[in-house]
Amino acid sequence: MESKNHIPESQASKACTDVIDVAVIGAGPAGMTAALYVERAGFDAVMFERIAPGGQLATTEHVENYPGFPDGTSGFDLAFAMKQQADNFGAKTINEEVVAVDVTSTPKRIDTAFGSYEASCIIVATGARPRKLGVPLEDELAGKGVSYCATCDGNFFRGKTVAVVGGGNTAVADAIFLARLCEKVYLVHRRDRLRATAVYNKRLEGIDNVEILWNTQVRRLFADSGKLAGIEVENTAEHSTQKLPCEGVFVAVGNEPNVEFLQGALELEGGYVKADETGKTSAAGVFAAGDVRTKALRQITTAVADGSVAAESAAEFLTL
Amino acid sequence: MSEIVSSADFQSKVLDSDQPVLVDFFATWCGPCKMIAPTLEEVAAEVEGRAKVYKVDIDQSQDIAVRYGVMSVPTLVVFEDGQPARQVVGVQFKQALLSLLG
Repeated sequence: MESKNHIPESQASKACTDVIDVAVIGAGPAGMTAALYVERAGFDAVMFERIAPGGQLATTEHVENYPGFPDGTSGFDLAFAMKQQADNFGAKTINEEVVAVDVTSTPKRIDTAFGSYEASCIIVATGARPRKLGVPLEDELAGKGVSYCATCDGNFFRGKTVAVVGGGNTAVADAIFLARLCEKVYLVHRRDRLRATAVYNKRLEGIDNVEILWNTQVRRLFADSGKLAGIEVENTAEHSTQKLPCEGVFVAVGNEPNVEFLQGALELEGGYVKADETGKTSAAGVFAAGDVRTKALRQITTAVADGSVAAESAAEFLTL
Repeated sequence: MSEIVSSADFQSKVLDSDQPVLVDFFATWCGPCKMIAPTLEEVAAEVEGRAKVYKVDIDQSQDIAVRYGVMSVPTLVVFEDGQPARQVVGVQFKQALLSLLG
C-alpha cells in the first residue's frame, strides 16, 4: 500500500536544496492545520513527522468533543481527513525525525536523522507523549501488563483485574472502558478528588466494579514469569502501603511535551515552549502550536486553533 | 500491503523462514496499529530480499498471540531461526523497526 503521506525520495531530496517557506515540525492536529493555512496563504509548507500523521489524535478511539460530529468520530479517521485536507492544498510531508534545529541562522536549519533542511520559518507542533509512572520495571513490563492505551490493550485483560493510574479525563475514560471488560478495575489517584470533566465523573458513578483508591501512588511493580503480577501502592494520607494483585496497569498520568530536539533553542515555561497569543516564541520566525506550547487547555479544538494562528503569524513574518 | 499470515501458515512462513521475519501483531480496531501500517510498508520495501514482514491479526490468530505472550497491540517481533529474537511494543518510527531487524 502506497500511503498518501509518504513523499517519494525525489521530492524529499528536492526539499534539501530549496529553502522551505514554513517547516512544520510534527503532523498532529496543530501541525496539519498549520500546514493547511500556510498553503492557503500561498506559501509552501513541509511537515516533518517521525512516525505517522495524526499524533495523539490518531490513537484516540473515539472523539466526541470535536464540533461537527454529533455522534462522535474515530480519532484515526479524523486525523486522516485532516491530513488529506492539508495535502489537497499542497502540503508536503517528510517522514523523518527532527533531532536538532538552529533558529539563529538565516535561513533556519533543521537536522533530521537523515539530512539537513533549510526553512525561512518554523512552526513547532511536536505535541506531547504519555508520561510514564517512573517506577522500576516499567519499561521491561511494557506490553507485558503495563499499557499506555486502554482502548488498544483492554481486550487482553478480559475478565481480569487491572489498575488505572491517574485522575484526569484519560484515566477516568479508561476506567469506564475497562470496567466493561474486566472483572475489577482499581482507579489509583494521588489526590482526594478527580480532575476529570463532569461528564466522565457522572458516567463513573454507579459502575460497581471500579474501586477508587484516593491519595494513592504506585510505588513498585511486581512481575511473575516476565509478566505484571501486581502493584504496590502507598496511601500518602494514611502512610500505609498495600500490594494489589493485578495483571494489567494502565498508565494515564498526563503528558509531557516533546521538546528534547530543541536543546535549549527556545525558551520554555514549565517544560512547554513559551509562546504568546499569536504563537510567537522566544526566537524570531519560530512559532509554536498545539500541546507543546504553554496554554490553558490541551484539546484537538485548541490545537487546530493554535495551528491556524501560528500559520497566520508565519505568513506575516514571511511578508515583512 | 504486507501479507496477513494465518495460524495455519505461521510455521511455514515465519518459523521456517531462512530470513529474519518482522511480525506485526495487530488488531483491526487499534488506532496505533493503523498509524504504524504505512511505516511497516516502507520497512518491508527497504528490507526486501534480506528479510520479510508479515502481519498477524490477533483476533483471527489468538493462538499465535497467546503463544508469544502478546498483551499489547501493536507488538512487533523479529523472528530468527524460528525463535522470537527481539520485540518492541507500540508505535515506532521507521529507523527503530529497521534496527530491530538488525
